[in-house]
Amino acid sequence: MSLLEVKNLSVSFGPEGKAFKAVDRVNLTVNAGEVVGIVGESGSGKSVSSLAIMGLIDFPGKVHAEQLHFEGQDLQALSEKARRQITGDEIAMIFQEPMSSLNPCFTVGDQIMEAIEVHQGGKKKERRAKAIELLKQVGIPAPESRLDAFPHQLSGGMSQRIMIAMAIACDPKLLIADEPTTALDVTIQAQIIDLLLDLQKEKNMGLILITHDLALVAEAADRIIVMYAGQVVETGPVDELFAAPQHPYTQALLNSLPESSLGHRRLQALGGVVPGANDRPTGCLLSPRCPNAQDHCRQQEPEATGSIERQVKCFFPLNQPGSSAA
Amino acid sequence: MTVVLEAKNLKKHYEVTTGFMKPKANVRALDGVSFSLKAGKSLAVVGESGCGKSTLAKLLTMIETPTDGILEFEGQVKDISNASILKELRKHIQIIFQNPYGSLNPRKKIGTILEEPLIINTDFSAAERKEKALAMLEKVGMRPEHYHRYPHMFSGGQRQRIAIARGLMMNPKILIADEPVSALDVSVQAQVLNLLMDLQEELNLAYVFISHDLSIVEHIADEVMVMYLGKVVEFGTKEQIFSKPQHPYTRALLSSTPRINPAHRIEKIRLKGELPSPLNPPTGCAFNTRCQFANDRCFKETPELIVTDSSKAACFAIAEQRLDYLK
Repeated sequence: MSLLEVKNLSVSFGPEGKAFKAVDRVNLTVNAGEVVGIVGESGSGKSVSSLAIMGLIDFPGKVHAEQLHFEGQDLQALSEKARRQITGDEIAMIFQEPMSSLNPCFTVGDQIMEAIEVHQGGKKKERRAKAIELLKQVGIPAPESRLDAFPHQLSGGMSQRIMIAMAIACDPKLLIADEPTTALDVTIQAQIIDLLLDLQKEKNMGLILITHDLALVAEAADRIIVMYAGQVVETGPVDELFAAPQHPYTQALLNSLPESSLGHRRLQALGGVVPGANDRPTGCLLSPRCPNAQDHCRQQEPEATGSIERQVKCFFPLNQPGSSAA
Repeated sequence: MTVVLEAKNLKKHYEVTTGFMKPKANVRALDGVSFSLKAGKSLAVVGESGCGKSTLAKLLTMIETPTDGILEFEGQVKDISNASILKELRKHIQIIFQNPYGSLNPRKKIGTILEEPLIINTDFSAAERKEKALAMLEKVGMRPEHYHRYPHMFSGGQRQRIAIARGLMMNPKILIADEPVSALDVSVQAQVLNLLMDLQEELNLAYVFISHDLSIVEHIADEVMVMYLGKVVEFGTKEQIFSKPQHPYTRALLSSTPRINPAHRIEKIRLKGELPSPLNPPTGCAFNTRCQFANDRCFKETPELIVTDSSKAACFAIAEQRLDYLK
């Protein structure tokens, strides 16, 4: 049984009939001890889908899912109170901007201890001891004194470590990290990713790593999900997906990286931009930007095909086994 | 090849208050930076936040005056305290900022934004100005009808194109680009980088390209300057920096940059700790708090930038052959 099983998850905003689907029929499974990377550009629905899994989409947003199971338990059938018990305890999340995710009015110790108090209770002394233990785990020097620091006294990297400490406070089985290192410098980014992966292995957590940085997930994740304009366009094991991408969008993303054009003066850019709320095309959503698009693509939406492990949503997938075309 | 800009031992120190009744502290945001910039070439400045990259951009565009040091423009030292010389000089050195959402005035139409430099600096008639603005829009890949639109009607990539167009209105010789693509999506990033490369070729522009993303620097730069806490720690050609990095910090930066292709990855060096506070920099080599090769000498003396086998680097360990990866 998978840790998390999501089938046909959709999130829409706006009035009935004219609703804008920020997330459109997304399938996602995460096993214990697995790192799943979700990549896509801004507006591709990566963050919204993770918020939907956490149950953090408020009115007027509407969440629909055929299946939203965590450890075999149907999250949609739970009462709000029961779901709240799971959120933050067994499923935890780390947000993009550590500086604005922490409450500036309370010490970091208060904030970590609050998470422990809500889900585990215990005496204040025990909670404090646990918080010190957590800060040690995330590699913060002098944890006893750091516990009484306010967020503004900490650097970005330190704040993100605090966020990670809060997220792992209740030993979650699934950790969702939404762009955990985007606001940080490269050397600090490397430290934080190392820390996340170490903790993930140590605790055998499932980890969903959401990012726009393809190279980052290439180094960290086991399995990749590529999203475009709210839809999953391709999934697969990391090595396969990057070595032989099947969807033209994945291929275009990889091509547009400077790393793929080493020694060439021009980058292979993909023209156009991600369609917004009001200008989604009919048919395949990539069709206006896709170099291989044909009339068929502009009229009809492709279905996801392939095995459960390796799926692609395209009429004319690239790098098919058996074909020689690269 | 003509040198368009030369900086000699450029310094910028800021005085900051540390608290009531406490003595003022001196932050050495930029501490002795020298380089020369050639027409049609790109100099990339890399480093983490707080290393002085943006201070350098402010000095080069004469938004701030240097505390010490000399800026030579086309071989001549200019007196930038003289307002008319300054105005003349600024036509030739333009800047593009990081965030295209904040750098365009939301109340002005694109046409007005592009024509403003012409109104200030030239005496073209309104018709001539419009003609020039339309020509520039076309050059950066925008359409004539965009002339009458407002910035909010454009995406991030288009806004950055407009910012580039504005920077080029005065036909500058030097364009300072302060993280020009870091706010953009991957596919749009490539479009804007291509535009910058095309414009450089066409107009023989010299770029100072400030970035923290080494994979972009590797693509666009001719020369690379690696900075740490206001000082240059390594300076060399792109090939030298990327194929044979000398300074431990350069090496750590390179190894921390994630790569898609496993063949491009190098052995990870994980730096412990973070950039020290510029208010209270360590004595000796500024990098000694995070360097695994640091010895007693590194904590006492400050290394100078010296010529090594490939690039110029400021590290005692290179001459003393204490670095494993160079052996």
